[in-house]
Amino acid sequence: MPAVLRLSGITKRFGALLANDNISLSLGRGEIVGLLGENGAGKTTLMNILFGHYLADEGSIEVNGKPLAPGSPRDSLLAGIGMVHQHFTLADNLSVLDNIILGTEPFFSLSSDRRAARARIAKLGEDFGLAINPDAVVANLSVGERQRVEILKALYRDAKILILDEPTAVLTPQESTALFDTLRRFAERGLSIIFISHKLGEILAACSRVAVLRSGKLVAERDVAGATRNELAEIMVGRPVAPTKTELQTPGAVVLSLDGLSVRRGTQQLDGISLQLRGGQVIGVAGVSGNGQNLLADVISGLVQPHAGSMSMNGNRLGAVSPASAIANGVARIPEDRHAEGLIGDMSVTENVISEAYRTPRFSRRGLIDWAKARRFATQIIDDYAVKCPGPEAQVRLLSGGNMQKLILGRVMANAPSVVLANQPTRGLDVGAVNYVHEQLLAARRRGAAILLISEDLEELLSLSDEVCVMYRGQMSAPLSRADTTISELGLMMAGHGFEHREARHAS
Amino acid sequence: MRLESRDSRPLALVILYPVISLFLAGLFCGFLVMLSGASPLSVFGLIAKGAAGSQFALFETLTRATPLIFTGLAAAVAFRAKLWNIGGEAQLYAGAVMTAVLGTGLLPLPSAVLIPLLIVMAMLAGALVLSVPTFLKTRFGVDEVVTTLLLNFIMILFVSMLLEGVLKDPSGMGWPQSKKVISEAVLPRLIEGKRLHFGFVIAVAAAFAVWVIDRKSALGYEMRAVGFNPKAANFAGIPVNRVLAKTALLSGGLAALAGFSEVAGLKGNLTLDLSPGFGYTGIVVAMLALLHPLGVVAAAIFVAAVFVGADAMSRSAGVPSYIAQVMVAASLLSMVTAVMLTRYRLRWR
Repeated sequence: MPAVLRLSGITKRFGALLANDNISLSLGRGEIVGLLGENGAGKTTLMNILFGHYLADEGSIEVNGKPLAPGSPRDSLLAGIGMVHQHFTLADNLSVLDNIILGTEPFFSLSSDRRAARARIAKLGEDFGLAINPDAVVANLSVGERQRVEILKALYRDAKILILDEPTAVLTPQESTALFDTLRRFAERGLSIIFISHKLGEILAACSRVAVLRSGKLVAERDVAGATRNELAEIMVGRPVAPTKTELQTPGAVVLSLDGLSVRRGTQQLDGISLQLRGGQVIGVAGVSGNGQNLLADVISGLVQPHAGSMSMNGNRLGAVSPASAIANGVARIPEDRHAEGLIGDMSVTENVISEAYRTPRFSRRGLIDWAKARRFATQIIDDYAVKCPGPEAQVRLLSGGNMQKLILGRVMANAPSVVLANQPTRGLDVGAVNYVHEQLLAARRRGAAILLISEDLEELLSLSDEVCVMYRGQMSAPLSRADTTISELGLMMAGHGFEHREARHAS
Repeated sequence: MRLESRDSRPLALVILYPVISLFLAGLFCGFLVMLSGASPLSVFGLIAKGAAGSQFALFETLTRATPLIFTGLAAAVAFRAKLWNIGGEAQLYAGAVMTAVLGTGLLPLPSAVLIPLLIVMAMLAGALVLSVPTFLKTRFGVDEVVTTLLLNFIMILFVSMLLEGVLKDPSGMGWPQSKKVISEAVLPRLIEGKRLHFGFVIAVAAAFAVWVIDRKSALGYEMRAVGFNPKAANFAGIPVNRVLAKTALLSGGLAALAGFSEVAGLKGNLTLDLSPGFGYTGIVVAMLALLHPLGVVAAAIFVAAVFVGADAMSRSAGVPSYIAQVMVAASLLSMVTAVMLTRYRLRWR
């Protein structure tokens, strides 16, 4: 198989950090290579070097035997490298056609040949099985369709090498399977594909070969045929990985009860959500992102007032909610976005761990904060949760994602909460940190806390939850017991099966 | 060329960069002095001498620094919470008006009662002036940069109206000025025969008070949290709008003290030229001090020294005293650059 792309000895340093350490990799024509690695292993850095966003300190890149000028995205595009980013780069208010031809038209031309472009897009769509209406406005497309537009955009620019960065993060399982079929069709037609992921199942399903990165080094490169999940996981993490196990536990009394919650915010809404959380029970919430999960989390966190419906804690109906009242009611909140909501990056570890309790007699008296006590608390969290940091005075923004999450866990678990709201608690964490977070959630369950786990990772949901609900357009399904539900069943529900379509009611 | 965030900020850099940057600013100003045909070294020498070369010069510098400490603290307090208070000038005049209204004989009280009362009332006046833009910001999302800035002009015209009307001194020979404050309201001189007055002591005490609030109190913690990340502060249950309101009270009150101390300590009455832009220069002082309350004292003295020294220098060396403005501006720009470079490193591709 002739190599269309050859990376030789790529090294990239960021200060003391060696992000890519002498990585050599080649890609054959019609091959799908998986690039596997934890967050921070150097996958994205390597691809950014390939695409010209970063300049490698050492090493070279050849496309079809010709050296690629380093540090020039334009040259990479001209050489036929196309990238489909995890976060789409589409203009929402333009049509599919406009998005695809954007940037390909000559600058000094008043008219553009839209007819030819339209014909070409139709042809590409037909050839590769990516049918889409070129006149649809991107804002009205589903996430899967938008991804299709991104891919068409790369194909339109004559990409021969496609790089897909975590392409399934936003898809339902069924959409992912369809994407893998499409990729295989691409490969048959001679395109070469690099598929970046940290999900083992996808690599096994979609790729013919896999390259594993760990701490910037290429630690393995092998055919996928014959590989098992556990083998790949061990190579990726560098040590044996024990999956989290939950024990059977009889659920306790109802702690938090949601009764017909409805609220609308921008394009997101909650439509009559009712749910009962019992002590010692984990309820998982599945759903394609943007179907109301964040709004539900915000209501329970006290950030958003429901327009209709009510919440009760231990049988007492709650009035107006606020973050402070949620904290006072014993709701431990692990927010979706550690950086934007969970922590204040420019403040120290100490200042961050007291942020929910600095007004309590524990940390302050007559308006003055007892910093010695606060520091002791921070040191205790650092010890108990094995937070890697220079000390309680360290600035939080310098910590890794996993260590940030440990700080948040330490902060919210300190008062033996009766409800734990975990919104995407393991997103962006490496396998070790993921396991740690899972164990902490299960420890809270053993203590008798009621846990609401919102996640887009169905495997995580099914391994931790006693029951799983699916959210779709602001509605919530009845809880399904873990024992009798499957990933494909959840996937269908995430796509809207089994939900009433009552948008008309909200048309006002 | 691009900026990369640094993983750590070595203490050596944090100290060295500002020193180097001030040195570079000095070189730049020296070059300008050369263009005007004088010797940079002798000009800098004259400025230093004019600012601190004699007891008289030193006291003059500290006198000039007093209002700058107050307005610098006002800006530092507000900016820490990312409340962009550009209205120090208006709050200063609010304090001055209150002092002129209550201190010119309306309240015949002994000094020990009258002066603390004037301080409190002046601070309330300044706090009120800043509360309006802050309320508009938290309630309706109106940009406080615009409202506080424009309030400066409204306030100065309002003072002008007062001085032509109700507050006009009948024996002032027609000048737009208020009556003199009664002797019980006058701040004592620190040294007999010198202009340096008790307001300087109050200013330094205020800086220490702000420092304690910042480091030790729950309010200081809240203000920093709101300034760094209002979204995360709100998530943690910190009442963001209430914290901003308290910040406004403190900041407006501090700026008003500048007006109080100028009237009661130095000028004796309210005039339209009470402040040559102390409110604005306070922003420069706060930025030079990197918003640190004790740093504000040092920065205010530095800025005052440059202005006082340049006045003296221009009389003897013939270089325009505008060089003072350039020096302060160059110092500020290089200081801000230095601070950025302690947080980020420059990469040439």
